[in-house]
Amino acid sequence: MNATEPAGAGIWRVARAIAWRSLHTYARRPDLIVPSLIFPLIFLASFAGGLSALGGLHGFHFPAGYTAFQFVFVLCQSAMFGGLFTGFTLAFDFESGFARRLMLAAEDRRGIALGYAIVALTRAAVTLAVVSAVALATGMRLTGDGVDVFGLYGLAALLVLVGFGWAAGVAFRFRSIQAGPLMQTPVFLILFLAPVYVPLSLLKGWIHAVASVNPATAFLDAGRGLISGVHDQTGLAFVCAVALIVLFGIWMLRGLRAAENAP
Amino acid sequence: MKEHVRQIGALAARATLKTLRQPFQLFPIVFFPLILLAVNASGLKAATRLPGFPTHSYISFAIAVAFIQGGMFSLINAGTNLAEDIESGFFNRLALTPLRRVSLIAGLLVGVGVLGVLQSAVYMVMGVVAGAHLDAGLGGVPVILALGALTALGFGALGCAAALRTGSGEAVQGLFPLFFVFIFLSSSNLPRNLLKTGWFHTVADWNPISYLIEGFRSLYIYGWDGTALWRGFAVALGLTALALLGVAGALRTRMQRT
Repeated sequence: MNATEPAGAGIWRVARAIAWRSLHTYARRPDLIVPSLIFPLIFLASFAGGLSALGGLHGFHFPAGYTAFQFVFVLCQSAMFGGLFTGFTLAFDFESGFARRLMLAAEDRRGIALGYAIVALTRAAVTLAVVSAVALATGMRLTGDGVDVFGLYGLAALLVLVGFGWAAGVAFRFRSIQAGPLMQTPVFLILFLAPVYVPLSLLKGWIHAVASVNPATAFLDAGRGLISGVHDQTGLAFVCAVALIVLFGIWMLRGLRAAENAP
Repeated sequence: MKEHVRQIGALAARATLKTLRQPFQLFPIVFFPLILLAVNASGLKAATRLPGFPTHSYISFAIAVAFIQGGMFSLINAGTNLAEDIESGFFNRLALTPLRRVSLIAGLLVGVGVLGVLQSAVYMVMGVVAGAHLDAGLGGVPVILALGALTALGFGALGCAAALRTGSGEAVQGLFPLFFVFIFLSSSNLPRNLLKTGWFHTVADWNPISYLIEGFRSLYIYGWDGTALWRGFAVALGLTALALLGVAGALRTRMQRT
């Protein structure tokens, strides 16, 4: 480290190196790219195509139509899973021994976490771009304005970091791909215990009670509000997302310490 | 003949116990269909208010999907177990014994069928607890168990064919998402008459999984619907026959290599 370097320069150097390596690997491995694109598209096709009749239910009012309603769920899910998939990469790098060597070499190990976070954001950007292009090409309507759409993708970027923070914390602690189910099952559950198919007002019973306190409901409501231009829970969603990023950021950094102290 | 049956019995018992003793294989069989059923049945309950929806109980409508998911886990478990045996060299050692070639796979597939009956029974109990109503009555129970076993056998045989062909557990695992797509693009969430998007309706019409689901579903919501039942059994039998052909071909190739 150079004495004249600004503080934090070491973190960025490590982060850049990791991000370049991981994105280089990602770009050369169809087995990583294809599933991350296929699954959101299948969800979009299945939910927006297969359940479009739900848009005609009494009490279902969504100005942008059922495809846009489901697109927001797929967008949020793809964003969070973009973060999770990068957690898998980190766990795999530990299993192969690469991450351990990296920890020996890195001048500031927080750069490792930052580097993988950049990877998560970049990978998710590719997925979200493809899913959005397919949704628009198949006739999805956007009734929100440009600022709303910018807000929607801003929210998606925060959700990438939420998913990544959780998954990286698990990966640092278990350092094995065997922990994959532990990374994805809670996220899968939280997402599906929100108003996925119909608005909250049409849910009844226990699912309504759970969805009412589920932060994913705020994400979906905000996203649907932004895409349609009829804002709902936008502030709450951004506050929840930032709070979760802080919480999982601490979880991830404590995991990094656990990995440093591991035998 | 007696010896042949004894060989198959021993390998079937091994295959069944191997799955039952591994919590990470058993857990998804019960946990994932249960969670998806709970989430979908609650989230999509409003769909029962659509004109033309065949029942007022979404759980009775949705429980059929659990049997298909169970079949897909049979694919993964049977295929992964066989691939593990191939990778560890156990399969080759078995092939060197006086065991008949057919017994090698038949034993495994009988085990898959037994597990298919067990998991179908679990889904039926789960359904009853969650409030599903079996319109066909008690007579429908053995039919569901038979269709469940046949479905598990068909998917399990596909898993075995993949394992024999590739010898890799990872490759078998990779088939799971592919088959999950078939569930998503079928009449799993809504009946076909309510699939309003043209292309999706066409895909669901051509997707054999739709008819398999509707075979199970008919017993829950219509009672005894001969058309849905024969179509469901025809798909399960067709799948099993095709998969067994695949197994026979892959086994021949693998034994030549051995």
